[in-house]
Amino acid sequence: MKILKTLRELCRDRQFGLGAVMLLVLAVLTLLTLFSPYDPTEWRVVAHDLPPSWGHLLGTSSLGQDVFWRMTFALRNSVALALFASVISRVIAVTVGLVAGYSGGVVDRVLMFFSDGLLVIPLLLIIMLLAVLVERLSLTSLALLLGTISWAWAARRIRSQILTLREREFTYTAILSRTPTRKLIFNEYFPFIIPLVLSGFISTMIWVVGMEIALAFIGLTDLSIPTLGAMIKWATSYQAMLLGYWWWLAAPVGISIFLFVALYLVSVGISEYLDPRARMQRVGAK
Amino acid sequence: MRFVRRYLVPRLIQYVLVICLGITVVFFIPRLMPTDPVERVISALEAQGGYLDPAALEETILTLRETYGLEEGLFKQYISFWGRLFTLDFGPSLFMFPVPVFDLIRTALPWTAGLLFVSLLLGWTIGNILGGLTGYFRQSRILKIFDGMVMLVRPIPYYIMALLLIIFFAYLLPIFPIGGGYTVGYKIAFTWRFVGSVLKHAFLPLLSLTLLNAAFRHQTMRLLVQTVRDEDFIHYAKIGNVKERTIFSRYVLRNAILPQITGLAMSLGMIFGGALITEIVFSYPGIGHLLYRAIVNGDFNLIMGITTISIVAIATGILVIDFLYPLFDPRIRLK
Repeated sequence: MKILKTLRELCRDRQFGLGAVMLLVLAVLTLLTLFSPYDPTEWRVVAHDLPPSWGHLLGTSSLGQDVFWRMTFALRNSVALALFASVISRVIAVTVGLVAGYSGGVVDRVLMFFSDGLLVIPLLLIIMLLAVLVERLSLTSLALLLGTISWAWAARRIRSQILTLREREFTYTAILSRTPTRKLIFNEYFPFIIPLVLSGFISTMIWVVGMEIALAFIGLTDLSIPTLGAMIKWATSYQAMLLGYWWWLAAPVGISIFLFVALYLVSVGISEYLDPRARMQRVGAK
Repeated sequence: MRFVRRYLVPRLIQYVLVICLGITVVFFIPRLMPTDPVERVISALEAQGGYLDPAALEETILTLRETYGLEEGLFKQYISFWGRLFTLDFGPSLFMFPVPVFDLIRTALPWTAGLLFVSLLLGWTIGNILGGLTGYFRQSRILKIFDGMVMLVRPIPYYIMALLLIIFFAYLLPIFPIGGGYTVGYKIAFTWRFVGSVLKHAFLPLLSLTLLNAAFRHQTMRLLVQTVRDEDFIHYAKIGNVKERTIFSRYVLRNAILPQITGLAMSLGMIFGGALITEIVFSYPGIGHLLYRAIVNGDFNLIMGITTISIVAIATGILVIDFLYPLFDPRIRLK
């Protein structure tokens, strides 16, 4: 019941409400893949290059695919990728932040040096270098890759939170009464960290979806799996714009913008609900 | 002297460390791969088919072996890798054999640098002014609607915005060219015709980068201004009958702008990756487009060259902006 109450309070915020409705629409779209009349990997299943009509809501592509149904699959895969990668990224962020913040000293300095490096080095180039070497990236390896490099910002924030917690009265009490470190961290510190983890989770999702599109656009991912990036790539490499098949490109571009805005509004709503002071950090996050 | 010791020297050390870290990562990536990068590159080249100059192939394999081969000890390889960076010798490009990689990068770099700096400064200025206004005049209706629009633009990545602009301008308003850096056939020279053509071609890439950059700045600035305008000295100024315009520009903006200047340096690194893809979208002849062609053609020398040079260039750009910071904040100079 507590969850319901929190949700109701969150929905009072107009931004969160709008974002949640948009996410619901997207969820319905991804569920529609279960009822798809076409196999998304098959080519030439419908007539080519038809403009949007009742038979084909968003038209058909030069590959002979129904744009609407392919879009639902692309959306589903991109969202799954984003969820998977963000979970990995959060696990690393929490671990690094906890260890660096709690142990301090040399360990802290080394870990923070690496996370600072990740923030300043142009990551896209590093990802490209990796992607070139492993041939075409599958969805799983892409998720692993993006997850393992996107933790720096969150780790920093968790670390600074731990640093302040460590100086609090209850930490000293716990240490003096011989509470095991593990218990102290999981029972006492975690409630303070979870808000940070949550709001960062969604912004990482946005970043991952964007990165996938970027990598697919350069042709470094496995384009046979329908993702938002792969769909945009197919449309542009078949010159959809020059030939006038605007619906083919507009559908994935439109739905990804819809996804970005929905996620962003929800993350803004959550972080404002959890901590009004988090506003500053929110706009600074990637 | 204290300023030098407290501010300049630590910042310089950080600069060197970041470059070291970046270069080391780039060095180790091909070596940690399960597959031999040299074989991988060569097999990719053969798979592409087509005619390859045997001399070109021979030369490439030689540089590849030298750079990534495991004949020597790891430490020695690492040293020679740094040597390459200092002499700016990344071997010849493969798909434009025998042009050295560095020459290709040198011709592409001004295009990217121009695009990046102009959009960074434009977006920063526009975003700060509008964000300052919305933060200060909270009651204004128009500014509130504007703020809502910014919320919708803010999370879009640069290259998605670029695609959106292409869809929009290619169909509804075909007034700007949607690809290239200047009209084909024009000679690169300082003539009105050429400069005009460059500006016209740069407009859409510039617009997509500037829009998002401004949206980001707008939001940070609005929050900064909102905290400053509630401070005591602003209330005193109001009671003391200082003109509203003076309060806004001299008191509020001047104080809120400082964190934004540090942010300017940080966003250079963030915008860079997005700008590369935007260049590819518009086939704008900068580093991004060059990188794209290198990837498509499997030109590993060129990819390595672009990656290392970009890391150094971005770190240097951030350093330069950081050194400008004390000019704006007297507190740092006094410290």
